[in-house]
Amino acid sequence: MTKRIRDMASAPPLAIDARDVARRFDTTWVLRGVTLTVAPGEVVGLLGANGSGKSTMLRIVSTLLRPHAGSVRVLGHDVVKEPEEVRARIGFLAHSPGLYDDLTVRENLMFAAAMLDRHSRDVCQVLERVGLTHVAGDAARGISSGLKRRLALARVILVQPRLLLLDEPYSNLDTSGIELVNSLIAEWTNDGVAALVVVHELTPAAGILNRTVTIQNGRVASERPELSVLHAGLSSAANG
Amino acid sequence: MTSLRADWRRARAIAWKDLTTERRSKAGFNGVVALAVTILVMFGFALGPDAQAIRDGASGAIWLAALFAGVLAFNRSYQVELDGGALEQLILYPGSRRAIFAGKLLANFAFVALMLVVVTAVGGVLFQVQIPAEWPILLVIFFLGALGLVTLGTFYAAMASRSRAREVLLPLLLFPMLVPVLLASMEATKALLGGNVMGDAGAWARLLAAFDVVFFVATFLAFESVIEV
Repeated sequence: MTKRIRDMASAPPLAIDARDVARRFDTTWVLRGVTLTVAPGEVVGLLGANGSGKSTMLRIVSTLLRPHAGSVRVLGHDVVKEPEEVRARIGFLAHSPGLYDDLTVRENLMFAAAMLDRHSRDVCQVLERVGLTHVAGDAARGISSGLKRRLALARVILVQPRLLLLDEPYSNLDTSGIELVNSLIAEWTNDGVAALVVVHELTPAAGILNRTVTIQNGRVASERPELSVLHAGLSSAANG
Repeated sequence: MTSLRADWRRARAIAWKDLTTERRSKAGFNGVVALAVTILVMFGFALGPDAQAIRDGASGAIWLAALFAGVLAFNRSYQVELDGGALEQLILYPGSRRAIFAGKLLANFAFVALMLVVVTAVGGVLFQVQIPAEWPILLVIFFLGALGLVTLGTFYAAMASRSRAREVLLPLLLFPMLVPVLLASMEATKALLGGNVMGDAGAWARLLAAFDVVFFVATFLAFESVIEV
């Protein structure tokens, strides 16, 4: 018993520990008691129809919205009481890229680097990592929406997060962009970074997700291991 | 101390970003200055042909032109963040939210100061105003007046940015609060242009400085709750 308590005390905190989270907009309840946990190193896909509350949940975890009921802890920190602790640990890729159109691609990242206390040489490495070196001097206004998505992703890399919150990361991306997102998530999770990913369809995220949670009418409707994980488990059982 | 230094670095980054964006979209500054000059000309017509009346009204016209043009600039400084959802990313950067206020304040101050230079030059010609021998004191008054205007403008623009009716809301919130700053700025400028340096100009300038300190501290402390969601 004592060992169990000691193990619990020394165990790393959950990346996300959300209990009975509820949130309304005016009089409409968008979330009605969502309980969701994500362990360090785990990648969880958040599924659901439009307006089901996926993005609202993501915004609550990111501290951008406050829950009207329930509690959310990110890596042991309460999102309402310790928002600064939470923000220092998350990388949030919103649905809109949040870029400055009149700045160049490089300037957008230089600004992010200054805000995050990163060195300018990190910007060059990140530009190379996301394949934007060839448009680094172009105004953000002039690049395609897929490249804007990559630029937003580059900003997330600069954060060096412990928890990734990705809102439809595959939208507007071509095949190489999808591969880039998946390889980055795989790299991060190997280092123990957790991820909560809002996805509309599972195909691009195949092989990346450990688990999917489906939200329907503001409640968790189902929670299951991702199909490829199931397949892997079944084949190893069949082989072994 | 390290945290203060980090906040100062973030504030400078925000100011650089805002000024670069403003410089690239030339329509912003040109439009604001054009509005300010138009207001000065309108005041010139309203004051009539009496040379003394025009000179007496010069300080009021200059400060009101700066106010109306400034409102456009304050709205624009948050519009840049709202376009494409950049405000959310700005809020999510670690560190104190006051760095955002300080950065916006720096950029808006540079913008309004540049605009005041143009407005004063045009106003000086239009209203036949002689630059007084005590011009350094005039500079101090302009500095204090611009600081008060920009402090309140930046704060209320952040508050109004959450509303869909921000263009209407900002003047409604800002103008009543700016009355003491504008009154002190106009009276100090008028007294100085009228040669009353030791009397009224000094008293109004001290009052203006006191307002600036109160507004600066109050808005700095309250900004966190204004920008938070």
